[in-house]
Amino acid sequence: MIESHLPAYIALTFVLFSVLIPAFGLWRSELSHPIAVLGGGIAAGFSLFGFIDVINDGSIRYFFGGWEPPVGIEFVYDGLSAFFVLVINVVAFFVLIHSHHISKREFPGKEMPYYSLAMLMMLGFNGMIMTGDLFNLYVFLEIASLAGYALIAIGDRPAPYAAFRYLIIGTAGGTLYLLGVGFMYTVTGTLNIIDMAAMLPMLYESNAVFAALILMIVGIGVKAALFPMHGWLPDSYTYASSSSTALIAPIGTKVAAYILFRIILWLFGIEITDAVAPISYFVGVLACIGILYGSIMAIAQSEMKRMLAYSSISQIGYIIMGLSLANPWGFAGALLHVLNHAIMKACLFMISGQLRLKEGHSDISRFDDGYRKKYPWTMAYFTIAAISMIGLPPLAGFFSKWYLALGTIDNSNWLFLAVILISSLLNAVYFFRVLEKVYMMDPSKGQKEPTDAKRDEASASMLWPTGILAVSLIVIGFANAVIVGVLLDIFPM
Amino acid sequence: MLDFFFGHYAYWFVIILLCIGAYGILFKKNLIKKTIGLAILQISVVLYFVSIASKWDATVTVMDPDIPLDQVANYLNPLPHTLMLTAIVVGVATLGVAFTLLIAIYNRYETLDEEELIDKIQ
Amino acid sequence: MDLSLVPLLAVLVSLIAVVPILLSSTKPNLREFWTILAAAIKFGLVLLLLPGALEGESVELHLVDLAPGLPLALKADPLGVFFAVIASGLWIFTSFYSIGYVRGAGEHKQTRYFASFAVCLSATIGIAFSANLLTFILFYEMLTVATYPLVIHNEKKEAVDAGRKYLAFTLTAGLLLVAASAMVYHYTGTIDFTPGGVFDGVELPHTAMLVLFIMFLGAVGVKAGIMPIHGWLPAAMAAPTPVSALLHAVAVVKSGVFAVLRVVGYVFGTDVMGDYNLNDILIILAGTTIILASLIAFNQDNLKRRLAYSTVGHLSYIVLGIALLTPIGMTGGIMHIAAHATMKITLFFCAGAIYVNLHRTEISNLNGIAKVMPWTMGSFAIGSMGLAGIPPINGFFSKWNLALGSLEGDMIIPVIVLVVSGLLNVGYFFPILYRAYFKPGEGLKKYGEASPLMVVPIVITAALSVLFGLFPNLFFNFFDLAVDISSTLFNNGSP
Repeated sequence: MIESHLPAYIALTFVLFSVLIPAFGLWRSELSHPIAVLGGGIAAGFSLFGFIDVINDGSIRYFFGGWEPPVGIEFVYDGLSAFFVLVINVVAFFVLIHSHHISKREFPGKEMPYYSLAMLMMLGFNGMIMTGDLFNLYVFLEIASLAGYALIAIGDRPAPYAAFRYLIIGTAGGTLYLLGVGFMYTVTGTLNIIDMAAMLPMLYESNAVFAALILMIVGIGVKAALFPMHGWLPDSYTYASSSSTALIAPIGTKVAAYILFRIILWLFGIEITDAVAPISYFVGVLACIGILYGSIMAIAQSEMKRMLAYSSISQIGYIIMGLSLANPWGFAGALLHVLNHAIMKACLFMISGQLRLKEGHSDISRFDDGYRKKYPWTMAYFTIAAISMIGLPPLAGFFSKWYLALGTIDNSNWLFLAVILISSLLNAVYFFRVLEKVYMMDPSKGQKEPTDAKRDEASASMLWPTGILAVSLIVIGFANAVIVGVLLDIFPM
Repeated sequence: MLDFFFGHYAYWFVIILLCIGAYGILFKKNLIKKTIGLAILQISVVLYFVSIASKWDATVTVMDPDIPLDQVANYLNPLPHTLMLTAIVVGVATLGVAFTLLIAIYNRYETLDEEELIDKIQ
Repeated sequence: MDLSLVPLLAVLVSLIAVVPILLSSTKPNLREFWTILAAAIKFGLVLLLLPGALEGESVELHLVDLAPGLPLALKADPLGVFFAVIASGLWIFTSFYSIGYVRGAGEHKQTRYFASFAVCLSATIGIAFSANLLTFILFYEMLTVATYPLVIHNEKKEAVDAGRKYLAFTLTAGLLLVAASAMVYHYTGTIDFTPGGVFDGVELPHTAMLVLFIMFLGAVGVKAGIMPIHGWLPAAMAAPTPVSALLHAVAVVKSGVFAVLRVVGYVFGTDVMGDYNLNDILIILAGTTIILASLIAFNQDNLKRRLAYSTVGHLSYIVLGIALLTPIGMTGGIMHIAAHATMKITLFFCAGAIYVNLHRTEISNLNGIAKVMPWTMGSFAIGSMGLAGIPPINGFFSKWNLALGSLEGDMIIPVIVLVVSGLLNVGYFFPILYRAYFKPGEGLKKYGEASPLMVVPIVITAALSVLFGLFPNLFFNFFDLAVDISSTLFNNGSP
């Protein structure tokens, strides 16, 4: 019987632990971390179990209080939501393990509120993904966002300002989304996604539907950092504490991208989306500009966290571009990239956190070849993640680009294909720049002898999560045919 | 043409509020004023939801013996209003977080003017 | 005997050897033992496949699916075995030579050096045995990445710049290959290497085919050093000499021409190439490259750079042979893969021996060195005469076939190109020999011949060049193999 209640269990786990952590944390502050890890682990376990169940037995619709929609609110746990829930919960679990030492160092004494907020944010993200109701989605969006603002505000000196900017633009985005929902409600009289989708073909080419679509895409685009609505992201990710960034960066924008998937492919369907104007193409073009812009800006940065933040803007572009292609290959490529990018970015941000912990900074121009000796494993994991980001086989990153390329070719969309190729090169520029610094002497600084350094590797609680994520990139690379087979089944058309 | 304007005056009111809010967010340099703009933006959407559910000569959604259930048109649709209760709570929470952040910013930089703040950060 | 796992083992053996190499970084002798052991095993495994290849048989192995319907598949067909024999055979000599070289020159980070070398060889054999484009891309990119640490090995400014240039060229090429393969998959539904091509029954507009071919050309032309995208190769001479010898004369660049052969013969197919006049592009580019590279080689005073430009020119011989689209021309091109490999590796070995022994890199400083390094310079003489096409060294034999091939195709210009470039080869190699043998040298009294670890491989490769020139079918039946391969490409799959 457990299967039919799974969606609720996942959300309730986070609710429970967000309360448990203050309860125990007030007594013993150092208990916050293990409890949070336990919560994350339980949720990850549920999501894994649920994903397998959904793949085998089909989707689960969970009606809260037994009220069926349109009266009640439901959680829809189908292939897409199960996949996203699995990705974010598993990645979050590893990030939570990893954050132990960083949280102690970067915000001593505040572990309890930090982990409690992290649980609340995860609740919001999971709720956004699973809910089948557009207004409920807004509420979960705000829960996740409010917790997220607070998490970002914990960090460097300018962090509150970065969080405030994010709050203003994020809430404005959320409000626009809500207005879009209002339009949809006025024309359809329901808030349930499945009900609404059934009614929409009668409203083909309706202006209200068109306006609602634009409002929703813009509103959620802010959260997904879709170009040109990405302005909040670089500062937030740079100034927030390393553990907050590692938690939010791989997950936050993905969840927003999920909503775009849900809205464009499930709720509206690609035909209604493109009925009045070729919206999906515009979204794709924006994604392309974002890909190039993010990559170029990443090259210009010397702070590693900021570089990775710009790289996130670029990578979210891949996902949304795959969505805009609206064909099976593009879809599979985008979803595979959700998985890959979540893992790669988590791994890279965790490594930047480790470097900050050990060196006190993560400024690439001050990296030297001593890192290779000091942190051999960290740097090996960094190399794997970086090469995967560049997209070289057999690492996972290559395959998402391969499917995306197939998707663009299927649509004869040569512009998008060219963007994918060019941006891979740009990725190579900014990642090899770091690798050069770490693995080689620096002749431009007149360095003749290798830097002498003793081994000073990060502790196991940081090394293992990064290591597992890095190795999983290789595994996903070889196993991607299986994953993509599943993903292709999820494709709605 | 005039009908179009006056027939939808509630919506025009919402649109004007929306624009005022957006203006405050985009162009005001003081962070408190930005926050106020945000509040106005949120309120405009709340009012939109309230307005779509209201109608003349209809009553609240409590069973009235004078209006039998086959005349449902005489009852208001309660859903948008209840939704807005939640939305208002969300809005208040957002403002709370925003002001908390502003206090933290002010404690660190002793200004809430955006340009001065950016200077001080760099 | 079941051979189906042999291709996989041949690929993996040097990859696995990386682990013990890294673990024994503090014990140089043990570390080098692993390298030699891996090289010997790899060569042995490849030789196991040779008898089958001579019969025209292929050993196929499907591993996991890399993408739905696209397996990671290895297929040791005759062409793959041919290339693998050359690469793995020469690795053995290079390993011995490397030991002498890195110890003699006191190179740093030797563990990284040997480990990267082993990965490169895995990638090369993987390229040789790839059964489809996706597998090919995998190993092609692996080769790119594994070569990078070798190019930047000495970590000086020049090397770092060369490394960046190398990455810029090869990564761009890799991406073009990905895009082009995806397009082939889209149009034909398969990306398996098929003798005679995969476009059977697929009609494409001429421009589409042309664009696709140019994309492939950009992708494989970089590693094959076709002008104007050869720029990385001379720059990459910043690498230690054994790297230049094996990788930039044999493994990497030959992977490039091997890829040209795969693309022409197994993706497009000779018929499609001819029907769409795609081979004309290739002939023009290759012909220009041959002449230009030889002319540029004249101006290089640095020995390795001169050899690099000579390599660029000779790679285009092979490309020319492929582009002629005649069975004899193809045979000549394939033979030249082997011929150029043995000769050029000899020359690079010599350049390295001169550098380690005398610390001289410029040709103008080589006066009289034949007196102190008779064996080295003797081998150098053999190699350079071979490249100039003087019988009986094996360079003559492949050039002869190339010329016959172009006559078979009623083409005169390629023949003229071959003759002129032969003269140019003489022109840029003989001054070196003249200086070494006939000009009086200075400050050479205290020097003798280089260490045996280096001289013995040099002499062996030089001897092989002569032996294969005299008896093309010696040991490995290279000639028969080349004839078989080219005949499968012209009879639409049936040998």
